[in-house]
Amino acid sequence: MTTTKGVRRPLGLAPTAVLLLGALYCLLPVCWVLAASTKTRGELFTTNAFAPGTGLFSNIADLSAYRDGIFWQWMANTALYAGVGALLSTAVSVLAGYALAKFRFFGRDAIFTVLIGGILVPAVVLAVPQYLLLAKAGLANTYWAVLLPSILHPYSIYLARIYAAAAIPDALLEAGRIDGAGEHRLLRVVAVPLMLPGMVTIFLFQFVAIWNNFLLPFIMLADDERFPLTVGLYTLLATGANQPALYNLVITGALLSIIPLIALFLTMQRYWRTDLSGGSVKS
Amino acid sequence: MRTKRLRLVMSAVLVGALAAGCSSGGQEETPQETGPVELTFWTWAPNMDKIAAVWNAAHPDIKVTVSKQAGGDEAAAKFLTAAKAGNAPDLVQAEYQMLPSFVAAEAVADIKGEVEAVRGQFSDGIWNLVTLGTDGVYGLPQDSGPMMFYYRTDLFTKYGITVPKTWDEYAAAARTVHAKDKTVYLGGFSSKDPGWFAGLAQQAGGQWWSITGEAWKVGINDGPTKKVADFWGGLAKDGVVDTQAPWTPEWNAALNGGKILSWASAVWAPGVLTSNAPDGKGKWAIAPLPQWSAGENYSGFWGGSSIAIAEGSKHKKAAAQFASWLNTDAKALDLLIKEAAIYPAAKSGQALMTTAPEYFANQADFWQQATTIAGTARGFTFGPNVNVAYSAYKDAFDKALQNKSSFTDALGAMHDATVADMKKSGFTLAS
Repeated sequence: MTTTKGVRRPLGLAPTAVLLLGALYCLLPVCWVLAASTKTRGELFTTNAFAPGTGLFSNIADLSAYRDGIFWQWMANTALYAGVGALLSTAVSVLAGYALAKFRFFGRDAIFTVLIGGILVPAVVLAVPQYLLLAKAGLANTYWAVLLPSILHPYSIYLARIYAAAAIPDALLEAGRIDGAGEHRLLRVVAVPLMLPGMVTIFLFQFVAIWNNFLLPFIMLADDERFPLTVGLYTLLATGANQPALYNLVITGALLSIIPLIALFLTMQRYWRTDLSGGSVKS
Repeated sequence: MRTKRLRLVMSAVLVGALAAGCSSGGQEETPQETGPVELTFWTWAPNMDKIAAVWNAAHPDIKVTVSKQAGGDEAAAKFLTAAKAGNAPDLVQAEYQMLPSFVAAEAVADIKGEVEAVRGQFSDGIWNLVTLGTDGVYGLPQDSGPMMFYYRTDLFTKYGITVPKTWDEYAAAARTVHAKDKTVYLGGFSSKDPGWFAGLAQQAGGQWWSITGEAWKVGINDGPTKKVADFWGGLAKDGVVDTQAPWTPEWNAALNGGKILSWASAVWAPGVLTSNAPDGKGKWAIAPLPQWSAGENYSGFWGGSSIAIAEGSKHKKAAAQFASWLNTDAKALDLLIKEAAIYPAAKSGQALMTTAPEYFANQADFWQQATTIAGTARGFTFGPNVNVAYSAYKDAFDKALQNKSSFTDALGAMHDATVADMKKSGFTLAS
């Protein structure tokens, strides 16, 4: 470190300012949702955008009463899609990533190349073909219609492979094999614990992706009892040309729908920190 | 009035009984059918599940399950996808302008035979929207959006203008108002609402699409529509009408704060005004739209939807029976008005609307006026690619507003884009 304090300060300010701007950019909409969700219908468009209103509890009550509480059914559905979907997806990704990273077998590189190709194809493009396929299989408009396409996620497999390659030393696996451990035991006792931070990352990624997914459930599901929050709230917004949109309920619903995500991130945070620091101490 | 209403109710009941007779005949033709017929119904009208429950209680042999969907263009896309996969619901709510695309995709059935009995319940203008000007009938009208002129009574007095009888008077009033206060406009031109423009074109007598034999004819830039475009183009160029995008918080604030004095809108506007301009309560009134020539009396439709029956449905007769009940039976119409808050398309349903909306408490004869206006509304045939025409409208007129360029050219661009898309999709076009 040869630079002096006096030189570093002006240089150090610019990145901070950029980061602050970025934070502002990300947080302003959240603040707006927070403020807007407290407003009644009349206040929503007439009062200052960031001034709190008086209707938070009446909004929540209205939302809960809307069509006999279907909002909470949507919340439960979303939790099911995101929770089960992310768990299954994490399991598949970890198995696939571990195998691709630590075993040499015929066609391994070909499989990996295809997976990388898969990352380049946006999920949006696949939604309609997936719908037509699942409709043929008689699975459209079932919970499976949303769960099955969420399970295989090329990017997660890619992440798992990278993570497994970095976090599991070959020497450790060799030692285990010499000591007579079978492959299943190696996976259970050596690989999975070492990959845990990576698994949390994949789980969170997939959880958020499924929680926020709109197009897939929108196309797959016909029965509103099976809708997730995104599609359900959309039905409140797009009420046809002749009905005023239920803006205040949608905004309150949006606020309630991000609370579980925030809670999840806060509780999973410590695993993630391990993940980040895990990389830094590797030699 | 009372006896007339009773007669209408009676005829509706008779129609219902007739329809019931028809379909029980249909049931006998398929004796392998066991248990009640199960129908699925996609709609975005609020509380439709409650209305279906009333039907289900009275008709144990036909059970309707309502699935509430999001409205708008996406709903149409979703239905078309489902129909392609063989998964379509039996009944689907279809906006009038989307119905032709369903027909072109052979996703909805011709139900002429099943609904002949209720034809008399609907005005010619509305019926034309579900026949597309052909011999077939592709849906039953549910709600309609006849257009009328909403205005602020107090501010009209303040700025010394009267309700314009013709569009010329409208233009003069727009100049007067804006000259008195630069922040105030008589009304607005919306480049975001192609449905609004289509309604005004209908009023002027435009015919955007028509079918002759197997060929489509596109007339988006026909004489009447050009007249409408030029009219608004002139006002927009002089800056005497508001051209900001409607449905934004700013527009709501202008409407609420008395900066916009009138709105050429449809019969469903009270709902919008109630939620977006709460301060104007009791200050607005309705009148017929300004006319193109004095002495004329025409309106157009903005919005509204029909109930169509999927081509893939296994129970078309039962579905038609339910659709007929829903849109013509007195009890169902009453529920549609109260629970779903719609303006019914059926004449007998319109007669049921008696109490003025709370927002229009100052105008006791609101619905009588609306019904009179609804009778003067002329529709037109929508084409199979309205979504393309509508997005072309938004693009072209947005650009025209921004560059202050000619509205006639914008209309031409919209016409050309629509024709090009139809050619690309393989429709036969009449020269």
